[in-house]
Amino acid sequence: MTADGALRFAPRLTLLLMAVPVIAGLAGTLRPAFEAGSVARLLDWPGLPRAMALSMGTGIASTVLALALTLGLVAALQGGRLFTLILRLLSPLLAVPHAAAALGLAFLLAPSGWIARALSPWATGWTQPPDLLILNDPAGLALTAGLVLKEVPFLLLILIAALPQADAPRRLMLMASLGYGRVAGWMLSVLPAVWPQMRPAVYAVLAYSMTAVDMAIVLGPALPPTLSAQLVLWMTSPDLSIHPVAAAGALVQLGLVLAALALLRGAETGLARLGCRLALTGIRGIRADRWLAPVVGGAGLLVVLLMAGSLAGLALWSFAGPWVFPDAWPQHLELDAWARAAPGLGPAALETLLLAALSTALATGLVLSCLEAEARFGLKPGGGALWLLWLPLIMPQVAFLPGLAELALRTGAEGSTGAVAAAHLVFVLPYVFLSLAAPWRAWDPRLAVAGAALGATPGRIFWRLRLPMLLRPILTAAAVGFAVSVGQYLPTLLIGGGRVTTLTTEAVALSSGGNRRIIGTYAMLQLALPLLAFALALALPAALFRNRTGMRPGA
Amino acid sequence: MSGLVLDRLEVRAKGKMIVALTAVVKPGEVLTIMGPSGSGKSTALAAIIGTLGPEFSLSGRLVLDGRDVTGLPTRARGVGILFQDDVLFPHLSVGGNLAFALPPALQGRKARRAAVEAALAKAGLAGFADRDPATLSGGERARVALMRTLLAEPGALLLDEPFSRLDAGLRDRIRTFVLDLIRAERIPAVLVTHQPEDARAAGGRIIDPQGRPVQAGP
Repeated sequence: MTADGALRFAPRLTLLLMAVPVIAGLAGTLRPAFEAGSVARLLDWPGLPRAMALSMGTGIASTVLALALTLGLVAALQGGRLFTLILRLLSPLLAVPHAAAALGLAFLLAPSGWIARALSPWATGWTQPPDLLILNDPAGLALTAGLVLKEVPFLLLILIAALPQADAPRRLMLMASLGYGRVAGWMLSVLPAVWPQMRPAVYAVLAYSMTAVDMAIVLGPALPPTLSAQLVLWMTSPDLSIHPVAAAGALVQLGLVLAALALLRGAETGLARLGCRLALTGIRGIRADRWLAPVVGGAGLLVVLLMAGSLAGLALWSFAGPWVFPDAWPQHLELDAWARAAPGLGPAALETLLLAALSTALATGLVLSCLEAEARFGLKPGGGALWLLWLPLIMPQVAFLPGLAELALRTGAEGSTGAVAAAHLVFVLPYVFLSLAAPWRAWDPRLAVAGAALGATPGRIFWRLRLPMLLRPILTAAAVGFAVSVGQYLPTLLIGGGRVTTLTTEAVALSSGGNRRIIGTYAMLQLALPLLAFALALALPAALFRNRTGMRPGA
Repeated sequence: MSGLVLDRLEVRAKGKMIVALTAVVKPGEVLTIMGPSGSGKSTALAAIIGTLGPEFSLSGRLVLDGRDVTGLPTRARGVGILFQDDVLFPHLSVGGNLAFALPPALQGRKARRAAVEAALAKAGLAGFADRDPATLSGGERARVALMRTLLAEPGALLLDEPFSRLDAGLRDRIRTFVLDLIRAERIPAVLVTHQPEDARAAGGRIIDPQGRPVQAGP
């Protein structure tokens, strides 16, 4: 095949690489569910109703809260100084892996955590950690809080990226000139324009929040845990007879997610109708601005503070010497925990790095091929292609990863770095594509015409013009992919068959042990790798093009 | 036969004729296609440079120096283009922009560097090779863009309103510089514009995108 022909095939190959693992894995996972007695045994489990309710409750509550806060922040505050501050502080938090965020929050909220220590004994009177179920509470409140913290930065960045196409400033000016309040004007005129682009992200957030396993293990209730967390316990159990029950549970989990998505779809339609009717009443909603701005501003700052406190707590614990309750600060700082953790940290960090490098390199190569094919052959991706791209992010992981793991086991690929990297690719690629597509398509097409008119081949235009000029967004997209790979818990655990140990799997495994210093070292390193990737993505183009004013951000 | 021949070059979209051009542009001559926006100017331009979208159907021939280039991709046509903006490559130095255009047949670092220096000197920009294009003035950038186009040794030149973004004073000077070079290098050129002033200065035939003669005002 010629290079041109291979390139033309790139988009289809990429979509196949996304769809086939999901569909094959789904089939493989669900098949044992139909074995005789599987469903009956699942129904016999007394924890089932509660586990289902937890999945629904925490998933829907955290999605609604995160979405409301995101929309509120942009509607009430965008353009102001508070918004710029919150955005600047939240953006880097996107790189924080779920497990690290959960562990940090656990250190903060626990009865013996930093908040309790800071308030004791002078305010609370506690000289011992109180016997309270603040963490792993049966209602899943801590889990919901953790999910909100992690999803707000994601939804906010998706919304910010969608705004330019909505012509927001002019719409808002028009609404203001008609006498509408800020928030009401935004909701009635801008939201309908940005929602179609936000929709897949919101669906992904809902599906992810309902089924997140790593966060549920660290922050969620234990007896019973959320449905997905219980399924993973069963799936990784040495007792093989329980596996069909897990498959039946995966079927239930899939049904729950689909039901929640249908509910969301219904809510969308209902709210859209309500919005249209509201618009006809001519209510200007001036008063809403007065109380909404401080409320969402305060909530936004609270998210920033909790995340910052979580990460600072992780760092402090990893360096903490003796630190007895209720002291707010350890007696001294030391490197003992790092020294003790080093023999395990080193190999886990290397494996994490290797997996992230492999999956990110492959994902970036594929995404560049897709986008170049699109530009070179004038291909127009349909709506179906976009949904296929989102499929791995919307499909619950527990519903397709076990089947994929079984496939890997049968082909002998299980436990190999290559197989785990391939599984990471399924989750890394959509994020790389979504981050790179907009800047790639925004590149001035006249630059390519200018190059071609000077006699340059399409290959030369790609390598000498487009690639270097888009180096910054390409490296940023790669850093996003890198961070996604570093944060992967379930794919690593299941496809790795327990033999591939990364910082994330190790940090989550350690979380039940309660050695905060060692957990702190793993979480810190898990945090450091993505941050390093982002720093490199910023520094490299800045250094390469330090003498090129036209290559600076915003130029 | 040398020069650019537009031989019943017609572009249709949904059956509607948008462009219909028949003309011979001799070396050193400038043919002006003039019309208001929406008249089909940019479609005529795309037909000549080879970037028509799939929604258009093209008939007729484009012949450059006796060679039929109608079906060729942009890079193989030998038609150079000057845009409304300079469209310099921001990641390359001024010299890098010019070297990008030099034909690969010119080999050796020294020879290529010398060719770049010579082009810069010709444009009154000697010593500019290592400069960042973003630090140049509008007039300097326009001249670099023209030299870059010429270094690729095009058989014909397409001018896409190249003067309309320049200040009034600069405009006359750059226009004179470009038109003088076209005559001196004996390159057939097509100027696409909506400014009668540019059309008059070009000094050649003036037609609209449908091939009808246009009077360029007083």
